[in-house]
Amino acid sequence: MKQLSELMDQAHKELIVASDLSALDDIRVHYLGKKGLVTAQLKQLGKLPAGDRRAAGQEINFVKQAIQKKIEERKADLQQQALNLQLEKEKIDVTLPGRKMDTGSLHPVTRTTKRIEEIFKQLGFNVEEGPEIEDDYHNFTALNIPEHHPSRASHDTFYFGDGKLLRTHTSPVQIRTMEQKQPPLRIIAPGRVYRCDSDVTHSPMFHQVEGLMVDTDVTFADLKGILDAFFKAFFEDDHFKTRFRPHYFPFTEPSAETDIQCVLCDGKGCKVCGHTGWIEVMGCGMVNPEVFRHVGIDPDKYTGFAFGFGIDRLAMLRYGIDDLRKLFDNDIRFLKQFA
Amino acid sequence: MKISEKWLREWVKLDATTEEIEHQLIMSGTELDGVDPVASAFSNVVVGQIKSIEQHPDADRLHVCQVDVADDKLLQIVTNASVKVDQKVPVAKIGAKLPEPDGKIFKIKKSKLRGVLSEGMFCGAETLGMGEAGEGLLALPSDAVLGADLRELLELDDVVLDLDSTPNRADLLSVIGVARELGVIMQAPVKEIAFETVDISIEDTFPVKISADDLCQRYAGRIIRDVNTQAETPQWMVEKLRRSDIRSLSPVVDITNYVMLELGQPMHGFDFDKLEGSIEVRKAKEGEKLTLLDGKEATLRTDTLVIADEKKALALAGIMGGVDSAVSETTRHIYLESAYFVPEKIMGKARSYGLHTDSSHRFERGVSPDLQIKAMQRATQLIIELCGGKAGEIIDISTNSKLQTRHTIAFERRSIQRHLGIEVRDSRVEDIMTRLGCTLESTPTGWDITPPIFRFDLATQEDIVEEIARIYGYDKIPSRLRPLVPLIVPKQETQVEEDTLHHLLVNRGYREAITYSFVPPEMETMLNPSDQKIKLANPISEELSTMRSTLWSGLLPVIEKNLKRQQNRVRLFETGLSFINTNDGMLQRKKMAGAITGSLYPESWDKSSKLVDFYDIKGDVEALLAESNATHYYFTTVEHPALHPGQSAEIISYDEMGNKVVIGYLGALHPSIEKKLGLNQTVFLFELDIDRVRQKKLPNYSSLSPYPSIRRDIALVIDEKISFNEIAILLEKTGIEQLIDYTLFDVYIGAGIAKGQKSLALGLIFQDFSRTLEEQDISCYIETIMNVLKMKIGASLRQ
Repeated sequence: MKQLSELMDQAHKELIVASDLSALDDIRVHYLGKKGLVTAQLKQLGKLPAGDRRAAGQEINFVKQAIQKKIEERKADLQQQALNLQLEKEKIDVTLPGRKMDTGSLHPVTRTTKRIEEIFKQLGFNVEEGPEIEDDYHNFTALNIPEHHPSRASHDTFYFGDGKLLRTHTSPVQIRTMEQKQPPLRIIAPGRVYRCDSDVTHSPMFHQVEGLMVDTDVTFADLKGILDAFFKAFFEDDHFKTRFRPHYFPFTEPSAETDIQCVLCDGKGCKVCGHTGWIEVMGCGMVNPEVFRHVGIDPDKYTGFAFGFGIDRLAMLRYGIDDLRKLFDNDIRFLKQFA
Repeated sequence: MKISEKWLREWVKLDATTEEIEHQLIMSGTELDGVDPVASAFSNVVVGQIKSIEQHPDADRLHVCQVDVADDKLLQIVTNASVKVDQKVPVAKIGAKLPEPDGKIFKIKKSKLRGVLSEGMFCGAETLGMGEAGEGLLALPSDAVLGADLRELLELDDVVLDLDSTPNRADLLSVIGVARELGVIMQAPVKEIAFETVDISIEDTFPVKISADDLCQRYAGRIIRDVNTQAETPQWMVEKLRRSDIRSLSPVVDITNYVMLELGQPMHGFDFDKLEGSIEVRKAKEGEKLTLLDGKEATLRTDTLVIADEKKALALAGIMGGVDSAVSETTRHIYLESAYFVPEKIMGKARSYGLHTDSSHRFERGVSPDLQIKAMQRATQLIIELCGGKAGEIIDISTNSKLQTRHTIAFERRSIQRHLGIEVRDSRVEDIMTRLGCTLESTPTGWDITPPIFRFDLATQEDIVEEIARIYGYDKIPSRLRPLVPLIVPKQETQVEEDTLHHLLVNRGYREAITYSFVPPEMETMLNPSDQKIKLANPISEELSTMRSTLWSGLLPVIEKNLKRQQNRVRLFETGLSFINTNDGMLQRKKMAGAITGSLYPESWDKSSKLVDFYDIKGDVEALLAESNATHYYFTTVEHPALHPGQSAEIISYDEMGNKVVIGYLGALHPSIEKKLGLNQTVFLFELDIDRVRQKKLPNYSSLSPYPSIRRDIALVIDEKISFNEIAILLEKTGIEQLIDYTLFDVYIGAGIAKGQKSLALGLIFQDFSRTLEEQDISCYIETIMNVLKMKIGASLRQ
């Protein structure tokens, strides 16, 4: 029986040096395979005296199981080692930047326009558009600004000749809308407008949004209410202050200019607001009956308000842009800041 | 209009501070462009008189003066100003403080100038914060009392209110008008300055004829003889004029200006000896010449009103006088004019001659038609008081008998609630209207309101509502967010939203640009030579003179600028109108355009630095087009002046009638344009007509086949010149329903393929709705497909 214990020792030694799964399998075949050394011992059992067979059989089986168990153990070890090796090999620097196609950005003016639209949509206003090359009638006459009216002078209009011009405000869209639709109306019309004026604070092209609400019972109190609600939402401040001052526009009466509390100093007074705490941002008022008559809406039946303000200005105030001209320079480094 | 606050307070009694006045004006609709002190806050400056002048011993340009300031002894002052003996000058005495524009204070001390003692300094207007440099020493009146404090003498503790009244309020272009307004808004009494009407002492009159009675409805004139035009304008008048930014010129001109500021009536004085026959107010003759007071000769048009005599035009009516008939130092007799011109008729006339004067500003907005005689009387009184003279009778011609009647407005009480959303008590309405100078008469539903003559801007109910709101206070009208009845305009699900396209490009790394709609003409000519350009008649500059026909005209310069700023990977898009002239007029179509250049991906540790090419921008365009899935789009080879002839495509579709519709273009910028723009890397461009890529299908569910799909890959060999598009069209036309999809997964040219041929590897995917397809079915389909491809385009299977 000494042979058996030698076999076991030998198998142990071989298992310890077996470095991979195939070496392990070789060992299994060598000892436990059909022609293996331990199997050979079992085959020899028949040659033993009948009385010894049982004990010898048990002993060989014991050795067989022991070797089997050792192989299993060694296999588990090796698998673990292999996994560890694999994990080690697959380790990466998770702090390296991720792989991506970078995302672009909307222009701050578009971003602001969308924000304005969103708020007015919640107030039930629909968005309208109109042409930028306009005719004199829609840009001026229908808005109760006859030829040579002093307020035309302040419009610095770009002309093409034959009565065509670049719209100086988005107000012609209210005319075009009222020509096509009957009240009740609630619309806003954002877009490009043009004035023949260019310096640090003026761009020959800029953006305005026009607003119009017409119904049988619209009042100045509603105008104040809607605009107040708009600015509170726009600046995300429930206590945001607006102020309405009398003014004159040919297309509205009563007319007002709207000041908002200075967003840089919260109305305390600073350089930007000229130490008044207020920033003038828009013109508005009740639609002049003359305008209604031009578009065939009965001024005895309907009242309405209209307003118009600069989008660029609001974008500048909101994002702290100090120079209007930067908006149209389209420097990538500038545009990137509005992602 | 600039007005001295002190002058206003002469007319209206106010307890309020300047700040309160400012606030009340702003809140009642008159903005202030500024509130500026009439002089700096200097102290210890007095009236002195120069007694003697000696040359400084050591400096050519300095003089040593002995000055009497009514102290015990004369002061010795060294100066570089040009001075005369007996001249009265402002003297800053020792201890005087002179604030400088930067906020520092300059203190006058006893000092030596090149070794000579100086006990003070003479002051110019600039030093005292009263004007511009270079006017020499501040001129003082000859009767100024020696030693008098300058602040008191000239009443310098005053501010100038720079009022920016709205164009409808012509009545606010005078001291009396602003005083009246303050009286209303601050509930203060207004007191008209009284003056005595001058007696008529000569019999001379000059005939007046109004020929253009649609333009001029009242003309008053009188002769004043023996006027001393050399008289000195009194200091108080000079100062008031200065505070309104009007320079003192000569007494008669100063007086007419003064009356214009005081009452709002522009006036004109002629040298009577230069007038011949009579005054005629007429339209100019075509091409008639008139040299104006500014020295420029105007060539007149027939739409222009002139004041003329029997021989010649004398003045541009209501705008500017002529130089030949102007009052000069040698004038002895004057003819004074005070007229009413119809605002609507003279609007824009001054501007059409490149002029804008205090006079035209007022006449265009409207001068009260009751003012002419009053102003004439006031000016006559001042002229005779200051320059002497004898006045003749006023000839007053009016061509409109109703000029002075005001229409009554039938005002309904309910219109207040209707427009403002508030109730205003009757007594409050009456109080406001009365204080505004209106007369009221109660009616069952409201009032009959007659506005005062000077408020010709009040004509309708709404005008009255506005006045009530203005005086009542806009801030007292509540802000009401009322319940809003929904006005639902449903979003059309079959229309691609512009926002969706924006976001798609943003997610693909594009940044939105906004460029001017007017561009340099060269850029347009280069990119789109055939289109008819739309040019501005009055551009800011030649660079911004042509309306863009393509958004590329704006984007390419932006690419160029950014590349120069070392940004070598640029991806931009813009949305906006493009403008072209067609036979049907000016066409404005909304476009979306993009431009990309540089590497495909941002520089990274892991990615290749592959540069963008045609297929990258095409992929972006296809993604945009995929949003609009109701139309089938085709890309075809096209020649476009802006694009590389071998890398440019036209995107087209067909309308219901089968007509070709151009959707847009894409491609590489033409290398010659690239060179002209100084770009050293290839730029790829696209432009789409947004309204043509909007149609979207409403999703319509179709059931899914329960049977597996089978893919069969084939490699075609075809002529290199055959475009993939042709194969795609043939595949769609095979009529094999079971061919549900295909994909092109390789394009190969090279070894193993004959010259002039290419190999395309296609994965064809088959599926049937009723059964699992068998091998022989697939073979049959492939055979059909190959037969078609072989017959039409000579394709074969690669061996």
